[in-house]
Amino acid sequence: MSSSQTPDAPVFVAKTSGGRITDFVDQRVGGSGILREFGRKVFPDHWSFMFGEVALYSFVILLLSGTFLTFFFDPSMAETHYAGSYAPLKNVEMSVAYSSSLDISFDVRGGMFMRQVHHWSALLFVASVSVHMLRVFFTGAFRKPRELNWVVGSVLLILSMAAGFTGYSLPDDLLSGNGLRIIDGVIKSIPVIGTYTSFFLFGGEFPGTMIISRLYMLHILLVPALILLMIVMHLFMVVVHKHTQYPGPGRNDGNVVGYPLGPVYAAKAGGFFFIVFGVVALMAAFFTINPIWNYGPYDPSPVSAGTQPDWYIGFVDGALRLMPGTIGDWKVEQIWFGHMFTFNVLLPALVPAGILFTVMFAYPWIERWITKDNREHHVLDRPRNAPTRTAIGMAGFVWYCVMWAAAGSDLIATHFHVALNDVTYWLRALFFIGPVIAFIVTKRVALALQRKDREIALHGRETGRIVRLPHGEFIEVHAPLDEYKRYKLVGFESPAPLPAVPNENGVVDRREKRRAKLSRWFFEDRVAPATPAELEAAHGHHGAHEAVEAAESQKTLSH
Amino acid sequence: MKALSQKRRHPLAAIALLLMGLLVTGGLYAVATTVNQAKADTTTYSASDVEEGGKLFAANCATCHGMGASGSQAGPSLVGVGAAAVDFQVGTGRMPMQMNGPQAYKKPAQFNEEQTKQLAAYVASLGPGPAIPEAGVLDEKGDAAKGGELFRTNCAMCHNAAAAGGALTRGKFAPALAGVSGQHIYEAMVTGPQNMPVFSDANITPEGKRDIITFLKQIEANGSPGGADLGALGPVSEGLFVWIAGLGVIIAFTIWLTSRTS
Repeated sequence: MSSSQTPDAPVFVAKTSGGRITDFVDQRVGGSGILREFGRKVFPDHWSFMFGEVALYSFVILLLSGTFLTFFFDPSMAETHYAGSYAPLKNVEMSVAYSSSLDISFDVRGGMFMRQVHHWSALLFVASVSVHMLRVFFTGAFRKPRELNWVVGSVLLILSMAAGFTGYSLPDDLLSGNGLRIIDGVIKSIPVIGTYTSFFLFGGEFPGTMIISRLYMLHILLVPALILLMIVMHLFMVVVHKHTQYPGPGRNDGNVVGYPLGPVYAAKAGGFFFIVFGVVALMAAFFTINPIWNYGPYDPSPVSAGTQPDWYIGFVDGALRLMPGTIGDWKVEQIWFGHMFTFNVLLPALVPAGILFTVMFAYPWIERWITKDNREHHVLDRPRNAPTRTAIGMAGFVWYCVMWAAAGSDLIATHFHVALNDVTYWLRALFFIGPVIAFIVTKRVALALQRKDREIALHGRETGRIVRLPHGEFIEVHAPLDEYKRYKLVGFESPAPLPAVPNENGVVDRREKRRAKLSRWFFEDRVAPATPAELEAAHGHHGAHEAVEAAESQKTLSH
Repeated sequence: MKALSQKRRHPLAAIALLLMGLLVTGGLYAVATTVNQAKADTTTYSASDVEEGGKLFAANCATCHGMGASGSQAGPSLVGVGAAAVDFQVGTGRMPMQMNGPQAYKKPAQFNEEQTKQLAAYVASLGPGPAIPEAGVLDEKGDAAKGGELFRTNCAMCHNAAAAGGALTRGKFAPALAGVSGQHIYEAMVTGPQNMPVFSDANITPEGKRDIITFLKQIEANGSPGGADLGALGPVSEGLFVWIAGLGVIIAFTIWLTSRTS
C-alpha cells in the first residue's frame, strides 16, 4: 500500500497515439530537455560558416559509401588472373586486391558509382576541411577560448590526409603502388632507422605481401575511429564555446546573434546534407575519378607519366620535385661514414610539411604571446582588419600553393607549352620569393581596404553626381551610409604595438624585448577605425568637407 | 701455303688474325640474325615514284636535309631512315617542320597521299630502312591485354598509362595517342621519331606491336566507363575539378542558403 501516491494529481495524456509514444519515450530518456537546450542554440548565418558542415557531411557520405565498398573489396595481395568483364585486362596477372577493385568497378551493381562517390567525397572532405581552416584562420576564430578546438581541427586535417592516403593505396593499381613506392623511399631516407622502419611497415622488402591488408585495417578501422572521436570533441567544444559571429550591429563578445537551431537552422542544415550528397552523387555519376583500369596492376618497374598523389598530398610531392640533386658542385646526397644520407629526399619530404604543421598548431599561442591578449573573442575579425595576420596566412598559403603547383609541373609544361625545366626553375624561385611577395602585397591590400572603409565611413558613398555650387565650386555628392552599414566599417579593434613591459622584478628581459619587437612588427602599420568624434565631425558638416579633411589630418595614420 | 706459314711469326700476324676473327664473327652474326636487317621494301615503288619524290624532296625538304638527303647543319641525313619514317613524319604533318624548336608539332599534312608515297619512295631508294608496315600487323586483332602490359612497361612512362601524353625535359613531350592511326603508331615504334626511342623487332616483336596497337584502339573505342575522363590526366585534373566545380557549386549553395537572413 503506497499511501504517498496522489492519484488526484493531473496526469497528462496525449491525444494521439504518436503523442503517447513520444511521451512514453520522453519520460524515460528526457529527450525534450535535451531538445529544448539544443533547439535554442543560436547559430549565426553566413555562407563561410558552412564549410565545417560540408566536411561533416562528406564524412558521413564516406562512411556510407565506404561500408558498401568493404562488402566487395578483398585486401589480399595474393596473385590471381583477372577474369572479370574489362576486356583490356583479361587474364592479366594481378593481386586479388586490384582484381576485386576492378570487380567493384565493372561487375558489382552500382559499384562503380559507389567507388566514385567514395573517392569524390574523400577529395571534397579534405578540401572542405582545408577551406574551413582557412576561414577560421583568416577571421581570427582560433583566439581564446577556441585554441584547443583549433588544435583538434588541425589533427582532423592530418587524419583526413591519412585516411585519404591509406585509401588511395588500397586498389593496388600502378598509381597507388607508385605512391607507396615514394612513401617507402621517404621512410628509407630517414637516417639510421629508415630501412628498419620500411622493413617493419612492409613486412620485408618493398612491396611485400602485407602492406595492403595493413593499410586496409588503418583505413577502415583506426583512422575513421580517430576522426569520429575528434569530430565529437570538435562539436562538443563548438557547443561549449558557442559559435563565433561576424561584427555587426548588436553583436558583441557577450552574445550570439542568429537563428536558433530548431526549427529553421536544423531544417537548413538537414537539407544542406542532401545538397552535398546530391552534388557528390552528380560528380560520381558523370565524372570519372581514379580510373584504376587505366593504370593496370602494380608492378615495381613501370611508372606512368602523370603519376601524382591525390591533391592533399600534392604539396609534398611538389616539394620532392622541386628539390635539386646537386647545389652547385655539392651533392645533396652524401655518403658519411660509409652510409648513404639521402637529404634530397629527406629534406623536401619532411621539412616543408613539418614547418607548415608546426606553425599551424602553434599559431594561436604565437599570436597570444605577441598581443598579450587574454580576452575571449566571439566576434570575428574581418581579414583586412588584422593585416599582419592575414599577410602571414597568405604567405603560408602561397608557399603551399607553389609546392602544390610543382606536383603538376609536368602538366603545366605540356598544357601551356613551356619547358618542364623552366617550370621547375620558376617554382624553385617562387618557393623562396613567393611567400615574401604575398606577405607584402597582402598587407598593403589589407591596409588599403581599411583606408577605403574609413573613407566611406567618414564621407559616405561616392554617387558620381557632380554638383556646381553657387560660388562656382564643383563637388561630388556623397551619399551617407545607413547606421548598420557604417557599424561594420567602424566596429573593429585596431591594437597598437605593445611596448616591452618590465616583469615583477622590474627587469625587461630579453624574451620580453623580442616580444615587443614582434608586436611592433605586427601592429606598427595600422589604420585606426573612425572614432565617434570623427564621425560626428564628418557628418555635422554636410557639404563642408574641408572640416572633415582637417579632422582627418589630425588623426594619426602612422605607417 | 708455304708463304702463309712463313709469315705466321710476323709481328702483325696476331693483329691480322684478330681482324679476321672479328670479321668472320661479325659477318656470321649479321647473316644469322635478323635484328639489324633492313626490311625488304615490300611496297612496290615505281621508278617514276622515286623520280617524282626526288623532285618534291628537292623543292620542299632539301633546304634542311641537304641535296640527296645527305643532311646539313639544319637537319639530319635521311639516308637509311626508310619509307616508314617519311610516311610518319610527312603523313602526320610534322614534316615539313613549321619552325625550329625542341620538337616538331603535329599539324594538318602538307602533302597528299600520293605525294607522301612518292617522297617515301625517294627516301627508301637512298638506302635500306624500315618499310611501311604490312596490313597484317595493323588489323587491330591482337591480344589487347598483352598489348596493355607491353604498353605500360615500354610506353606509359612518357605517354601516360591512358595514352594521354606527358612532359619530357626542355619543352619536349610525348603526345597523346588518341586518334593516331595504327600505321603511324607502328611506324613511330620502328623509326623513333622526335625524342622517341626506336623499338626494334628484337625489343618488341611485330606481334607485340600489333598487340599494342590493338590495346590502344580498344581503350580508345571503349571510351571512359566511369563518365567524363577529365583528360585522363590523373589526380591533378581530379583535384582541380573538385576544388573548382565541386566546391564551387557547394559554395553557390551555401550563399543561397544564407542569403535570406540577417
